[in-house]
Amino acid sequence: MSMPFYVSPEQIIKDKADYARKGIARGRSVVVLQYDAGILFVAENPSRSLHKISEIYDRIGFAAVGKYNEFENLRVAGVRLADMRGYAYDRSDVTGRSLANAYAQTLGSIFTETTKPYEVELVVAEVGHEASEDEIYRLTFDGSVADEHGYVAMGGQAEDVAASLGESWRPGMSLDDAVRAGVAALGATTPAPPGPDQLEAAVLERSRPRRTFRRISADRLASILGVERPRPPAPGVAESPDLPSAAGEVP
Amino acid sequence: MAHGSSFAEFLSGSGLWPAPTLGASVGSSGSVDVPHATTIVALSTSAGIVMAGDRRATMGNIIAQRDIEKVFPADEHTVVGIAGAAGVAVELVRLFQVELEHYEKIEGVPLSLDGKANRLATLLRGNLGMAMQGLAVVPLFAGYDLDRGRGRIFSYDVTGGRYEERDHHAVGSGSVFARGSLKKLYRAGMSTDDAVMAVVEALYDAADDDSATGGPDLTRRIFPVIAVAEADGVRMLPDAEVGAVVERVVSARMTHPDGPTASLPGGAA
Repeated sequence: MSMPFYVSPEQIIKDKADYARKGIARGRSVVVLQYDAGILFVAENPSRSLHKISEIYDRIGFAAVGKYNEFENLRVAGVRLADMRGYAYDRSDVTGRSLANAYAQTLGSIFTETTKPYEVELVVAEVGHEASEDEIYRLTFDGSVADEHGYVAMGGQAEDVAASLGESWRPGMSLDDAVRAGVAALGATTPAPPGPDQLEAAVLERSRPRRTFRRISADRLASILGVERPRPPAPGVAESPDLPSAAGEVP
Repeated sequence: MAHGSSFAEFLSGSGLWPAPTLGASVGSSGSVDVPHATTIVALSTSAGIVMAGDRRATMGNIIAQRDIEKVFPADEHTVVGIAGAAGVAVELVRLFQVELEHYEKIEGVPLSLDGKANRLATLLRGNLGMAMQGLAVVPLFAGYDLDRGRGRIFSYDVTGGRYEERDHHAVGSGSVFARGSLKKLYRAGMSTDDAVMAVVEALYDAADDDSATGGPDLTRRIFPVIAVAEADGVRMLPDAEVGAVVERVVSARMTHPDGPTASLPGGAA
């Protein structure tokens, strides 16, 4: 009879965490930051239709990095949960906190109970009626939740991106300044910051009634950044939101 | 994925929440006395559509509510008006609104206008059991079709039959009178302002001859709910704007109680 090798629980957890961290670091970054009139999401994402940033509910937005199929799964579950709660109770009863808790439970069980953990990191942000009521939750692959203030960077070289935001972010900054700070931070680890066509951006606008989520078009981004939009990329080149581009700027 | 992008299917499949309008039927036979919503009118304009509803809900010979709202935005570019059992109808609209928003969020793009009209038909068909017991709902659905660049109107029957209407339509107890009125007031390619005037006239005519339809209440300042759907989205007209139109219509009726007259071909007028 053969004896299975003994592997300590510490080792199993560590291996899973290392695996997930590596997967997340391979992709590109997303930043989420508060500005004077709401919350801004900016992601480096060459795809126009496979989103890293999405609307969950009236005042709640979602941003993710890592494996697309895994975070898309979580996003759809979040939309269902929010719509179900809003229909069963009232639209005002759908909160970012309850959604963040649900994600934490899901990610936590997947991390402990399955062999392969999800290689994702999420932000659930809820825009309040006042800037002081804004809530930004960051969820990691093992189900940990952190309540963040001001700004968050995740995915890719997240520490360098966060360091850049730490220098440029100010409370109550305008949308244009926030976009420029976010894009500069995304470009902190690359020779040049990403252009408008490499970016996906959206806001939760505090003053809007009901649905506050709005995408920012590439044209608008170009005018904020003060750059010309280059010609669209040649057809036939597949771009995926969870992989580095063919040029491979990430090791 | 089991439920795709439909919220209603997810809801009924979840077992978490019994969807009240999906296939349920009331236990006993016989009629139930519940508030009924009455007349909705819609017509197409050069820029999109205008839909309006009176504000009365009746329960038998009693006026159950004077200021009920029966016209709702369904999403950014469509509106839905309801006639029939008010409780069931309002719930149907609520489910329909979530259904459209849910699809848009899951798929990242809104449904086509035909897709929306078909979803409403399916939800309505789920209410057939209740309709057979007297709790029928008849919606009127209209919106701006972004693909075709014009307004479109859809009517329904209780079995979920979906019919696209040309130009104008009305549903509810006062609809026969409203339709007659609209037929004489409608002009192809009307402006939005003219269409708003026409729907107020049509609702006035419906209230004139149907006891279940409420006329404009100038003493309480309760006016029809009017929605406009055009390329830039849906807007609900503010009370002040509707009030001004209502006052014009009512003051004209002071001298001509039957409203504007149509000219006869070759006639004297």
